[in-house]
Amino acid sequence: MEKKAKKQKGVSLTLRQNLVGYSFILPNFIGFFVFIFIPVMFSLALSFSHWDGFTEIEFAGIQNFVDIFKDSVFRDSIWQTAYFTIFTVLFSVIASLGLALLLNQKIKARGFFRSALFFPYVASVVAVSVVFNAMLQPEYGPLNEFLKFIGISNPPGWLASTTWVIPGLIIVNVWRNMGYFMIIYLAGLQGIDQSLYEAAELDGANGWTRFWKITWPLLSPSTFFVVMMLVINSFKVFDLVWLMTNGGPGTSSTMISQYIYNQAFISWDYGKSSAAAMILFLIVALLTAFQFKAEKKIVNY
Amino acid sequence: MVGKKNPVKRALLYILLIVLTITTLTPLIWMLSSSLKLDKEVFSVPIQWIPKNPQWSNYSKVWEKIPLLTFTLNSIKLTVIITIIQVITSSFAAYGFAKCKFKGRNILFMLYVATMAIPWQVYMLPQYSLMNNLHLVDTHIGYILMQSFNAFGVFLMRQAFISIPDELLEAARIDGLSEYGIFRKIVLPLSKASATTLVIFTFVTIWNDYMGPMIYFNTELNKTIQLGIKMFIGQYSTEYGLVMAVSVLALIPVLIIFLIGQKQFVQGIASSGIKG
Repeated sequence: MEKKAKKQKGVSLTLRQNLVGYSFILPNFIGFFVFIFIPVMFSLALSFSHWDGFTEIEFAGIQNFVDIFKDSVFRDSIWQTAYFTIFTVLFSVIASLGLALLLNQKIKARGFFRSALFFPYVASVVAVSVVFNAMLQPEYGPLNEFLKFIGISNPPGWLASTTWVIPGLIIVNVWRNMGYFMIIYLAGLQGIDQSLYEAAELDGANGWTRFWKITWPLLSPSTFFVVMMLVINSFKVFDLVWLMTNGGPGTSSTMISQYIYNQAFISWDYGKSSAAAMILFLIVALLTAFQFKAEKKIVNY
Repeated sequence: MVGKKNPVKRALLYILLIVLTITTLTPLIWMLSSSLKLDKEVFSVPIQWIPKNPQWSNYSKVWEKIPLLTFTLNSIKLTVIITIIQVITSSFAAYGFAKCKFKGRNILFMLYVATMAIPWQVYMLPQYSLMNNLHLVDTHIGYILMQSFNAFGVFLMRQAFISIPDELLEAARIDGLSEYGIFRKIVLPLSKASATTLVIFTFVTIWNDYMGPMIYFNTELNKTIQLGIKMFIGQYSTEYGLVMAVSVLALIPVLIIFLIGQKQFVQGIASSGIKG
Protein backbone atom coordinates (compact mmCIF):
# COMPACT_ATOMS: atom_id res chain seq x y z
CA MET A 1 0.00 0.00 0.00
CA GLU A 2 2.71 2.37 1.04
CA LYS A 3 4.86 1.33 -1.90
CA LYS A 4 2.06 1.94 -4.33
CA ALA A 5 1.43 5.37 -2.95
CA LYS A 6 5.09 6.21 -3.26
CA LYS A 7 5.14 4.98 -6.83
CA GLN A 8 2.05 6.98 -7.62
CA LYS A 9 3.61 10.00 -6.07
CA GLY A 10 6.72 9.39 -8.23
CA VAL A 11 4.67 9.11 -11.39
CA SER A 12 2.66 12.18 -10.61
CA LEU A 13 5.85 14.08 -9.83
CA THR A 14 7.35 13.31 -13.25
CA LEU A 15 4.01 14.05 -14.81
CA ARG A 16 3.84 17.35 -13.00
CA GLN A 17 7.41 18.16 -13.98
CA ASN A 18 6.59 17.36 -17.59
CA LEU A 19 3.46 19.48 -17.50
CA VAL A 20 5.27 22.45 -15.96
CA GLY A 21 7.97 22.17 -18.64
CA TYR A 22 5.41 21.96 -21.44
CA SER A 23 3.49 24.90 -20.03
CA PHE A 24 6.62 27.04 -20.39
CA ILE A 25 7.36 26.16 -23.97
CA LEU A 26 3.77 25.83 -25.18
CA PRO A 27 2.92 29.47 -26.06
CA ASN A 28 5.99 29.79 -28.26
CA PHE A 29 5.89 26.24 -29.54
CA ILE A 30 2.36 26.42 -30.94
CA GLY A 31 3.24 29.48 -33.01
CA PHE A 32 6.57 28.05 -34.03
CA PHE A 33 5.02 24.73 -35.03
CA VAL A 34 2.15 26.18 -37.04
CA PHE A 35 3.88 29.09 -38.74
CA ILE A 36 7.41 27.76 -39.24
CA PHE A 37 7.68 24.01 -38.85
CA ILE A 38 4.60 23.05 -40.88
CA PRO A 39 5.55 25.40 -43.76
CA VAL A 40 9.07 23.92 -43.81
CA MET A 41 7.63 20.41 -44.11
CA PHE A 42 5.15 21.57 -46.73
CA SER A 43 8.00 23.08 -48.71
CA LEU A 44 9.75 19.73 -48.69
CA ALA A 45 6.61 18.05 -50.02
CA LEU A 46 6.12 20.71 -52.68
CA SER A 47 9.61 20.20 -54.04
CA PHE A 48 8.40 16.79 -55.27
CA SER A 49 5.18 18.15 -56.74
CA HIS A 50 3.82 20.26 -59.55
CA TRP A 51 1.73 23.18 -58.33
CA ASP A 52 0.82 26.64 -59.54
CA GLY A 53 -1.05 27.62 -56.41
CA PHE A 54 -4.53 27.12 -57.88
CA THR A 55 -4.94 23.74 -59.56
CA GLU A 56 -4.57 20.42 -57.79
CA ILE A 57 -1.15 19.42 -56.48
CA GLU A 58 0.38 16.61 -58.54
CA PHE A 59 3.20 14.31 -57.54
CA ALA A 60 6.25 14.98 -59.71
CA GLY A 61 9.01 12.78 -58.33
CA ILE A 62 12.39 14.40 -58.87
CA GLN A 63 11.29 16.24 -62.02
CA ASN A 64 11.65 19.71 -60.42
CA PHE A 65 15.22 18.98 -59.41
CA VAL A 66 16.05 17.76 -62.92
CA ASP A 67 14.47 20.92 -64.36
CA ILE A 68 16.30 23.42 -62.18
CA PHE A 69 19.67 21.82 -62.81
CA LYS A 70 18.98 22.05 -66.55
CA ASP A 71 18.29 25.76 -66.05
CA SER A 72 21.49 27.75 -66.56
CA VAL A 73 20.05 30.65 -64.52
CA PHE A 74 19.84 28.36 -61.49
CA ARG A 75 23.32 26.91 -62.04
CA ASP A 76 24.76 30.40 -62.40
CA SER A 77 22.91 31.54 -59.28
CA ILE A 78 24.75 28.89 -57.26
CA TRP A 79 28.14 30.13 -58.43
CA GLN A 80 27.18 33.76 -57.99
CA THR A 81 25.99 33.10 -54.45
CA ALA A 82 29.20 31.21 -53.68
CA TYR A 83 31.32 34.05 -55.13
CA PHE A 84 29.40 36.60 -53.09
CA THR A 85 29.73 34.48 -49.94
CA ILE A 86 33.45 33.74 -50.19
CA PHE A 87 34.48 37.37 -50.55
CA THR A 88 31.92 38.65 -48.05
CA VAL A 89 33.33 36.23 -45.47
CA LEU A 90 36.96 37.03 -46.28
CA PHE A 91 36.62 40.82 -46.21
CA SER A 92 34.21 40.89 -43.26
CA VAL A 93 36.62 38.84 -41.15
CA ILE A 94 39.53 41.12 -42.03
CA ALA A 95 37.54 44.31 -41.45
CA SER A 96 35.82 43.26 -38.23
CA LEU A 97 38.94 41.75 -36.68
CA GLY A 98 41.01 44.80 -37.68
CA LEU A 99 38.51 47.17 -36.09
CA ALA A 100 38.27 45.01 -32.98
CA LEU A 101 42.06 45.02 -32.55
CA LEU A 102 42.14 48.80 -32.86
CA LEU A 103 39.28 49.27 -30.43
CA ASN A 104 40.53 46.78 -27.89
CA GLN A 105 43.20 49.23 -26.76
CA LYS A 106 42.93 51.72 -23.97
CA ILE A 107 41.86 54.81 -25.86
CA LYS A 108 39.58 57.72 -25.22
CA ALA A 109 36.04 57.71 -26.62
CA ARG A 110 36.21 53.98 -27.17
CA GLY A 111 32.46 53.67 -26.61
CA PHE A 112 31.77 56.33 -29.23
CA PHE A 113 33.94 54.63 -31.85
CA ARG A 114 32.34 51.26 -31.17
CA SER A 115 28.81 52.61 -31.47
CA ALA A 116 29.60 54.63 -34.59
CA LEU A 117 31.17 51.66 -36.34
CA PHE A 118 28.32 49.41 -35.23
CA PHE A 119 25.60 51.73 -36.49
CA PRO A 120 25.50 50.59 -40.16
CA TYR A 121 24.23 47.26 -38.85
CA VAL A 122 20.97 48.75 -37.55
CA ALA A 123 20.23 50.95 -40.58
CA SER A 124 17.38 49.59 -42.69
CA VAL A 125 18.24 47.70 -45.83
CA VAL A 126 15.91 49.86 -47.93
CA ALA A 127 17.61 53.08 -46.86
CA VAL A 128 21.03 51.49 -47.26
CA SER A 129 20.23 50.27 -50.74
CA VAL A 130 18.96 53.69 -51.78
CA VAL A 131 22.08 55.42 -50.50
CA PHE A 132 24.51 52.94 -52.03
CA ASN A 133 22.63 52.80 -55.31
CA ALA A 134 23.25 56.52 -55.54
CA MET A 135 26.81 56.37 -54.23
CA LEU A 136 27.73 53.66 -56.75
CA GLN A 137 26.26 55.43 -59.79
CA PRO A 138 28.86 54.96 -62.53
CA GLU A 139 28.50 58.41 -64.13
CA TYR A 140 28.16 60.89 -61.33
CA GLY A 141 28.13 58.86 -58.11
CA PRO A 142 30.31 60.06 -55.23
CA LEU A 143 32.44 56.91 -55.13
CA ASN A 144 33.51 57.15 -58.76
CA GLU A 145 34.01 60.91 -58.41
CA PHE A 146 36.39 60.08 -55.58
CA LEU A 147 38.16 57.41 -57.65
CA LYS A 148 38.60 59.91 -60.51
CA PHE A 149 39.89 62.46 -58.01
CA ILE A 150 42.65 60.10 -56.86
CA GLY A 151 43.64 59.42 -60.46
CA ILE A 152 41.62 56.42 -61.62
CA SER A 153 40.44 57.64 -65.01
CA ASN A 154 38.21 54.70 -65.85
CA PRO A 155 36.38 53.68 -62.66
CA PRO A 156 34.13 50.57 -62.58
CA GLY A 157 30.50 50.64 -63.66
CA TRP A 158 29.48 48.95 -60.39
CA LEU A 159 25.83 47.88 -60.40
CA ALA A 160 25.41 48.64 -64.10
CA SER A 161 28.20 46.25 -65.09
CA THR A 162 27.90 42.48 -65.18
CA THR A 163 31.50 42.15 -63.93
CA TRP A 164 31.36 44.73 -61.15
CA VAL A 165 27.87 44.18 -59.81
CA ILE A 166 28.78 41.42 -57.34
CA PRO A 167 31.91 43.23 -56.06
CA GLY A 168 29.66 46.27 -55.53
CA LEU A 169 27.20 44.19 -53.53
CA ILE A 170 30.04 42.69 -51.51
CA ILE A 171 31.26 46.17 -50.53
CA VAL A 172 27.81 47.12 -49.27
CA ASN A 173 27.38 43.85 -47.41
CA VAL A 174 30.78 44.06 -45.71
CA TRP A 175 29.98 47.65 -44.72
CA ARG A 176 26.73 46.50 -43.10
CA ASN A 177 28.21 43.48 -41.31
CA MET A 178 31.55 44.53 -39.97
CA GLY A 179 30.32 46.40 -36.89
CA TYR A 180 28.34 43.44 -35.61
CA PHE A 181 31.21 41.00 -36.01
CA MET A 182 33.64 43.56 -34.59
CA ILE A 183 31.71 43.24 -31.32
CA ILE A 184 31.91 39.44 -31.39
CA TYR A 185 35.68 39.76 -31.88
CA LEU A 186 35.96 42.34 -29.10
CA ALA A 187 34.30 39.90 -26.72
CA GLY A 188 36.77 37.24 -27.84
CA LEU A 189 39.75 39.56 -27.35
CA GLN A 190 38.63 40.39 -23.84
CA GLY A 191 38.76 36.71 -22.98
CA ILE A 192 42.47 36.43 -23.77
CA ASP A 193 44.75 36.29 -20.75
CA GLN A 194 46.97 39.40 -20.77
CA SER A 195 49.83 37.64 -19.02
CA LEU A 196 50.47 35.69 -22.24
CA TYR A 197 51.36 38.95 -23.98
CA GLU A 198 53.58 40.05 -21.13
CA ALA A 199 55.45 36.77 -21.23
CA ALA A 200 55.85 37.00 -25.01
CA GLU A 201 57.13 40.55 -24.70
CA LEU A 202 59.77 39.42 -22.22
CA ASP A 203 60.82 36.79 -24.76
CA GLY A 204 61.25 39.58 -27.28
CA ALA A 205 58.33 38.71 -29.58
CA ASN A 206 57.28 41.64 -31.78
CA GLY A 207 53.70 42.70 -32.59
CA TRP A 208 53.27 40.43 -35.61
CA THR A 209 54.60 37.38 -33.83
CA ARG A 210 52.37 38.07 -30.86
CA PHE A 211 49.35 38.37 -33.17
CA TRP A 212 50.04 35.15 -35.08
CA LYS A 213 51.19 33.08 -32.09
CA ILE A 214 48.76 34.29 -29.43
CA THR A 215 45.84 36.42 -30.62
CA TRP A 216 44.84 34.59 -33.80
CA PRO A 217 44.93 31.04 -32.35
CA LEU A 218 43.13 32.07 -29.16
CA LEU A 219 40.48 33.89 -31.18
CA SER A 220 39.61 30.78 -33.15
CA PRO A 221 36.29 30.19 -31.32
CA SER A 222 35.23 33.73 -32.26
CA THR A 223 36.43 33.26 -35.83
CA PHE A 224 34.50 30.02 -36.02
CA PHE A 225 31.30 31.74 -34.93
CA VAL A 226 31.87 34.75 -37.20
CA VAL A 227 32.58 32.62 -40.27
CA MET A 228 29.61 30.37 -39.60
CA MET A 229 27.17 33.26 -39.24
CA LEU A 230 28.59 35.01 -42.30
CA VAL A 231 28.36 31.90 -44.47
CA ILE A 232 24.77 31.18 -43.43
CA ASN A 233 23.69 34.80 -43.87
CA SER A 234 25.49 35.31 -47.17
CA PHE A 235 24.00 32.19 -48.67
CA LYS A 236 20.56 33.45 -47.69
CA VAL A 237 21.15 37.00 -48.95
CA PHE A 238 17.98 38.41 -50.44
CA ASP A 239 16.70 41.88 -49.49
CA LEU A 240 19.91 43.68 -50.32
CA VAL A 241 20.27 42.18 -53.79
CA TRP A 242 16.57 42.37 -54.52
CA LEU A 243 16.52 46.08 -53.70
CA MET A 244 19.82 47.06 -55.29
CA THR A 245 19.92 45.11 -58.55
CA ASN A 246 16.91 42.77 -58.62
CA GLY A 247 19.36 40.11 -59.80
CA GLY A 248 20.57 42.16 -62.77
CA PRO A 249 21.97 43.40 -65.04
CA GLY A 250 20.54 40.39 -66.88
CA THR A 251 20.91 37.60 -64.37
CA SER A 252 24.48 38.48 -63.42
CA SER A 253 23.70 39.04 -59.73
CA THR A 254 20.84 36.55 -59.37
CA MET A 255 21.38 34.65 -56.13
CA ILE A 256 19.73 31.34 -55.19
CA SER A 257 17.21 33.11 -52.95
CA GLN A 258 16.23 35.41 -55.81
CA TYR A 259 15.72 32.38 -58.07
CA ILE A 260 13.43 30.86 -55.42
CA TYR A 261 11.47 34.10 -55.21
CA ASN A 262 11.18 34.52 -58.98
CA GLN A 263 9.99 30.96 -59.52
CA ALA A 264 7.33 31.35 -56.83
CA PHE A 265 6.02 34.87 -57.18
CA ILE A 266 6.73 35.62 -60.85
CA SER A 267 6.54 32.25 -62.65
CA TRP A 268 4.03 30.72 -60.17
CA ASP A 269 5.97 27.47 -60.34
CA TYR A 270 5.83 26.43 -56.72
CA GLY A 271 7.43 23.04 -57.40
CA LYS A 272 10.59 24.44 -58.96
CA SER A 273 10.73 27.18 -56.36
CA SER A 274 10.56 24.66 -53.52
CA ALA A 275 13.11 22.39 -55.19
CA ALA A 276 15.55 25.30 -55.40
CA ALA A 277 14.72 26.12 -51.77
CA MET A 278 15.61 22.57 -50.76
CA ILE A 279 18.94 22.84 -52.59
CA LEU A 280 19.66 26.09 -50.73
CA PHE A 281 18.72 24.42 -47.45
CA LEU A 282 20.96 21.47 -48.27
CA ILE A 283 23.93 23.73 -49.06
CA VAL A 284 23.50 25.74 -45.86
CA ALA A 285 23.05 22.56 -43.80
CA LEU A 286 26.11 20.88 -45.31
CA LEU A 287 28.27 23.95 -44.82
CA THR A 288 27.13 24.27 -41.20
CA ALA A 289 27.80 20.59 -40.54
CA PHE A 290 31.18 20.83 -42.24
CA GLN A 291 32.12 23.82 -40.12
CA PHE A 292 31.13 22.06 -36.93
CA LYS A 293 33.37 19.17 -37.94
CA ALA A 294 36.19 21.53 -38.83
CA GLU A 295 35.76 23.36 -35.54
CA LYS A 296 36.82 20.28 -33.62
CA LYS A 297 40.08 20.13 -35.58
CA ILE A 298 40.92 23.80 -35.99
CA VAL A 299 39.66 25.61 -32.93
CA ASN A 300 42.19 25.98 -30.14
CA TYR A 301 40.68 26.50 -26.74
CA MET B 1 49.92 46.54 -29.36
CA VAL B 2 50.67 50.23 -29.27
CA GLY B 3 53.13 51.09 -26.53
CA LYS B 4 51.61 53.16 -23.80
CA LYS B 5 54.39 55.69 -23.83
CA ASN B 6 54.75 56.35 -27.53
CA PRO B 7 52.86 59.57 -28.34
CA VAL B 8 53.50 59.40 -32.10
CA LYS B 9 52.04 55.92 -32.39
CA ARG B 10 49.11 57.01 -30.24
CA ALA B 11 48.39 60.00 -32.43
CA LEU B 12 48.55 57.79 -35.52
CA LEU B 13 46.15 55.36 -33.89
CA TYR B 14 43.61 58.13 -33.27
CA ILE B 15 43.99 59.47 -36.81
CA LEU B 16 43.45 55.97 -38.22
CA LEU B 17 40.37 55.46 -36.06
CA ILE B 18 38.88 58.80 -36.98
CA VAL B 19 39.48 58.21 -40.69
CA LEU B 20 37.94 54.72 -40.48
CA THR B 21 34.92 55.97 -38.57
CA ILE B 22 34.30 58.84 -40.98
CA THR B 23 34.69 56.51 -43.98
CA THR B 24 32.24 54.07 -42.44
CA LEU B 25 29.70 56.76 -41.68
CA THR B 26 30.11 58.56 -45.04
CA PRO B 27 27.09 56.88 -46.66
CA LEU B 28 24.89 57.88 -43.72
CA ILE B 29 26.30 61.41 -43.58
CA TRP B 30 25.71 61.72 -47.31
CA MET B 31 22.13 60.52 -46.77
CA LEU B 32 21.59 63.20 -44.14
CA SER B 33 23.17 65.87 -46.32
CA SER B 34 21.21 64.84 -49.43
CA SER B 35 17.96 64.90 -47.49
CA LEU B 36 18.30 68.70 -47.41
CA LYS B 37 18.97 69.14 -51.11
CA LEU B 38 17.04 69.62 -54.32
CA ASP B 39 17.11 66.55 -56.59
CA LYS B 40 19.46 68.24 -59.04
CA GLU B 41 21.94 69.15 -56.29
CA VAL B 42 22.28 65.62 -54.94
CA PHE B 43 24.85 64.60 -57.55
CA SER B 44 26.56 67.94 -58.04
CA VAL B 45 30.35 67.75 -58.32
CA PRO B 46 32.22 68.46 -56.10
CA ILE B 47 29.89 67.17 -53.37
CA GLN B 48 28.50 69.85 -51.10
CA TRP B 49 28.50 68.24 -47.69
CA ILE B 50 26.64 71.15 -46.18
CA PRO B 51 23.87 72.24 -48.57
CA LYS B 52 24.01 75.94 -49.51
CA ASN B 53 20.33 76.45 -49.12
CA PRO B 54 18.95 73.59 -47.04
CA GLN B 55 15.57 72.30 -48.23
CA TRP B 56 13.88 71.75 -44.89
CA SER B 57 10.66 71.46 -46.84
CA ASN B 58 11.76 67.98 -48.00
CA TYR B 59 10.86 66.83 -44.52
CA SER B 60 7.36 68.24 -44.72
CA LYS B 61 6.77 67.19 -48.35
CA VAL B 62 7.25 63.50 -47.58
CA TRP B 63 4.24 63.54 -45.26
CA GLU B 64 2.08 65.00 -48.03
CA LYS B 65 3.21 62.83 -50.93
CA ILE B 66 2.53 59.48 -49.28
CA PRO B 67 0.41 58.51 -46.24
CA LEU B 68 3.54 58.49 -44.13
CA LEU B 69 1.73 59.07 -40.85
CA THR B 70 -0.34 55.92 -41.39
CA PHE B 71 2.79 53.98 -42.36
CA THR B 72 4.67 55.20 -39.30
CA LEU B 73 1.81 54.33 -36.96
CA ASN B 74 1.56 50.88 -38.57
CA SER B 75 5.28 50.34 -38.14
CA ILE B 76 5.13 51.39 -34.50
CA LYS B 77 2.10 49.20 -33.81
CA LEU B 78 3.55 46.09 -35.47
CA THR B 79 7.02 46.54 -34.02
CA VAL B 80 5.80 47.08 -30.46
CA ILE B 81 3.31 44.19 -30.50
CA ILE B 82 5.73 41.72 -32.07
CA THR B 83 8.57 42.74 -29.76
CA ILE B 84 6.39 42.25 -26.68
CA ILE B 85 5.08 38.84 -27.83
CA GLN B 86 8.53 37.65 -28.83
CA VAL B 87 10.23 38.66 -25.62
CA ILE B 88 7.51 37.13 -23.42
CA THR B 89 7.04 33.84 -25.26
CA SER B 90 10.75 33.42 -26.05
CA SER B 91 11.94 33.88 -22.50
CA PHE B 92 9.11 31.68 -21.23
CA ALA B 93 10.12 28.90 -23.62
CA ALA B 94 13.80 29.51 -22.91
CA TYR B 95 13.16 28.89 -19.22
CA GLY B 96 11.52 25.59 -20.10
CA PHE B 97 14.47 24.56 -22.23
CA ALA B 98 17.12 25.77 -19.79
CA LYS B 99 15.74 24.89 -16.36
CA CYS B 100 12.86 22.41 -16.58
CA LYS B 101 13.12 18.70 -17.17
CA PHE B 102 10.51 17.18 -19.44
CA LYS B 103 10.17 14.45 -21.99
CA GLY B 104 11.37 15.34 -25.47
CA ARG B 105 13.13 18.49 -24.33
CA ASN B 106 16.33 17.95 -26.28
CA ILE B 107 14.61 16.90 -29.49
CA LEU B 108 12.30 19.89 -29.39
CA PHE B 109 15.19 22.23 -28.77
CA MET B 110 17.12 20.71 -31.68
CA LEU B 111 14.11 21.45 -33.88
CA TYR B 112 14.28 25.11 -32.87
CA VAL B 113 18.01 25.36 -33.51
CA ALA B 114 17.75 23.59 -36.86
CA THR B 115 15.17 26.06 -38.14
CA MET B 116 17.52 28.94 -37.40
CA ALA B 117 19.72 27.74 -40.25
CA ILE B 118 16.78 27.48 -42.64
CA PRO B 119 16.52 30.47 -44.97
CA TRP B 120 13.14 32.18 -44.92
CA GLN B 121 12.90 31.71 -48.69
CA VAL B 122 12.67 27.96 -48.06
CA TYR B 123 9.29 28.22 -46.34
CA MET B 124 8.17 31.68 -47.42
CA LEU B 125 5.84 30.25 -50.01
CA PRO B 126 3.98 27.59 -47.96
CA GLN B 127 3.77 30.11 -45.15
CA TYR B 128 2.13 32.50 -47.57
CA SER B 129 -0.34 29.83 -48.76
CA LEU B 130 -1.13 28.93 -45.18
CA MET B 131 -1.83 32.58 -44.36
CA ASN B 132 -3.86 32.85 -47.53
CA ASN B 133 -6.02 29.89 -46.51
CA LEU B 134 -6.55 31.44 -43.09
CA HIS B 135 -7.49 34.73 -44.85
CA LEU B 136 -4.65 36.45 -43.03
CA VAL B 137 -2.74 37.84 -46.02
CA ASP B 138 -2.92 41.62 -46.08
CA THR B 139 -3.83 41.79 -42.39
CA HIS B 140 -1.70 42.95 -39.52
CA ILE B 141 -2.60 39.92 -37.46
CA GLY B 142 -1.17 37.62 -40.14
CA TYR B 143 2.11 39.47 -40.18
CA ILE B 144 2.25 39.50 -36.38
CA LEU B 145 1.70 35.73 -36.25
CA MET B 146 4.34 35.17 -38.89
CA GLN B 147 7.00 37.26 -37.13
CA SER B 148 6.29 36.56 -33.47
CA PHE B 149 7.75 33.10 -33.25
CA ASN B 150 11.32 32.47 -34.20
CA ALA B 151 13.98 30.39 -32.64
CA PHE B 152 16.52 33.19 -32.25
CA GLY B 153 14.87 34.71 -29.18
CA VAL B 154 14.51 31.34 -27.48
CA PHE B 155 18.15 30.58 -28.20
CA LEU B 156 19.42 33.93 -26.96
CA MET B 157 17.44 33.86 -23.71
CA ARG B 158 18.32 30.22 -23.06
CA GLN B 159 22.01 31.13 -23.22
CA ALA B 160 21.42 33.73 -20.51
CA PHE B 161 19.36 31.39 -18.29
CA ILE B 162 21.84 28.53 -18.48
CA SER B 163 24.52 30.65 -16.84
CA ILE B 164 22.33 31.12 -13.75
CA PRO B 165 23.38 28.48 -11.19
CA ASP B 166 20.87 25.71 -10.46
CA GLU B 167 21.62 25.94 -6.71
CA LEU B 168 19.98 29.35 -6.66
CA LEU B 169 16.78 27.95 -8.14
CA GLU B 170 16.92 24.93 -5.82
CA ALA B 171 17.08 27.22 -2.81
CA ALA B 172 14.05 29.13 -4.08
CA ARG B 173 12.15 25.88 -4.62
CA ILE B 174 12.84 24.84 -1.04
CA ASP B 175 11.52 28.22 0.07
CA GLY B 176 8.28 27.23 -1.63
CA LEU B 177 8.46 29.38 -4.75
CA SER B 178 6.72 27.87 -7.78
CA GLU B 179 8.50 27.52 -11.13
CA TYR B 180 6.56 30.51 -12.44
CA GLY B 181 7.59 32.51 -9.39
CA ILE B 182 11.25 31.56 -9.88
CA PHE B 183 11.03 32.58 -13.51
CA ARG B 184 9.51 35.95 -12.74
CA LYS B 185 11.29 36.86 -9.51
CA ILE B 186 14.76 35.38 -9.96
CA VAL B 187 15.63 34.37 -13.50
CA LEU B 188 14.17 37.30 -15.42
CA PRO B 189 15.73 40.05 -13.27
CA LEU B 190 19.13 38.36 -13.60
CA SER B 191 18.91 38.32 -17.39
CA LYS B 192 18.27 41.98 -18.11
CA ALA B 193 21.19 42.41 -20.51
CA SER B 194 20.03 39.57 -22.72
CA ALA B 195 16.41 40.66 -22.55
CA THR B 196 17.45 44.17 -23.63
CA THR B 197 19.46 42.68 -26.47
CA LEU B 198 16.44 40.72 -27.60
CA VAL B 199 14.20 43.80 -27.37
CA ILE B 200 16.58 45.86 -29.51
CA PHE B 201 17.22 43.06 -31.98
CA THR B 202 13.54 42.35 -32.47
CA PHE B 203 12.67 46.03 -32.64
CA VAL B 204 15.34 46.74 -35.23
CA THR B 205 14.54 43.64 -37.30
CA ILE B 206 10.80 44.23 -37.42
CA TRP B 207 11.08 48.00 -37.90
CA ASN B 208 13.50 47.48 -40.78
CA ASP B 209 11.75 44.48 -42.32
CA TYR B 210 11.07 45.04 -45.96
CA MET B 211 10.31 41.65 -47.52
CA GLY B 212 7.60 40.56 -45.08
CA PRO B 213 5.45 43.68 -45.51
CA MET B 214 6.17 43.75 -49.24
CA ILE B 215 4.79 40.25 -49.69
CA TYR B 216 1.98 40.48 -47.14
CA PHE B 217 0.54 44.00 -47.45
CA ASN B 218 -1.25 45.18 -50.56
CA THR B 219 -3.65 47.68 -49.06
CA GLU B 220 -2.27 51.18 -48.60
CA LEU B 221 -3.73 51.38 -45.09
CA ASN B 222 -1.71 48.36 -43.92
CA LYS B 223 1.71 49.35 -45.25
CA THR B 224 4.79 50.19 -43.21
CA ILE B 225 7.42 52.91 -43.31
CA GLN B 226 10.00 50.77 -45.15
CA LEU B 227 7.53 50.29 -48.01
CA GLY B 228 7.01 54.05 -47.91
CA ILE B 229 10.70 54.69 -48.63
CA LYS B 230 10.46 52.52 -51.71
CA MET B 231 7.54 54.60 -53.02
CA PHE B 232 9.88 57.47 -53.80
CA ILE B 233 11.99 55.27 -56.02
CA GLY B 234 10.52 55.18 -59.48
CA GLN B 235 11.62 52.96 -62.29
CA TYR B 236 12.93 55.90 -64.30
CA SER B 237 13.26 58.70 -61.83
CA THR B 238 13.94 58.83 -58.15
CA GLU B 239 13.16 61.82 -55.98
CA TYR B 240 16.47 61.66 -54.17
CA GLY B 241 15.94 64.55 -51.77
CA LEU B 242 12.67 63.09 -50.58
CA VAL B 243 13.85 59.50 -50.46
CA MET B 244 16.79 60.53 -48.27
CA ALA B 245 14.52 62.59 -46.00
CA VAL B 246 12.16 59.67 -45.45
CA SER B 247 15.13 57.33 -44.89
CA VAL B 248 16.45 59.65 -42.20
CA LEU B 249 13.02 59.72 -40.55
CA ALA B 250 12.85 55.92 -40.61
CA LEU B 251 16.23 55.73 -38.92
CA ILE B 252 15.31 57.93 -35.95
CA PRO B 253 13.37 55.35 -33.86
CA VAL B 254 16.12 52.80 -34.37
CA LEU B 255 18.72 55.35 -33.33
CA ILE B 256 16.76 56.17 -30.17
CA ILE B 257 16.30 52.52 -29.18
CA PHE B 258 19.93 51.84 -29.99
CA LEU B 259 21.23 54.71 -27.88
CA ILE B 260 19.03 53.76 -24.92
CA GLY B 261 20.09 50.15 -24.86
CA GLN B 262 23.51 50.44 -26.44
CA LYS B 263 25.57 49.26 -23.50
CA GLN B 264 23.47 46.23 -22.75
CA PHE B 265 23.15 45.52 -26.45
CA VAL B 266 26.89 45.33 -26.95
CA GLN B 267 27.27 43.13 -23.86
CA GLY B 268 24.38 40.94 -24.91
CA ILE B 269 25.76 40.29 -28.39
CA ALA B 270 29.14 39.54 -26.95
CA SER B 271 27.89 36.99 -24.44
CA SER B 272 25.32 35.35 -26.70
CA GLY B 273 27.68 35.16 -29.61
CA ILE B 274 30.53 33.27 -28.11
CA LYS B 275 28.85 30.57 -26.14
CA GLY B 276 26.71 29.61 -29.14
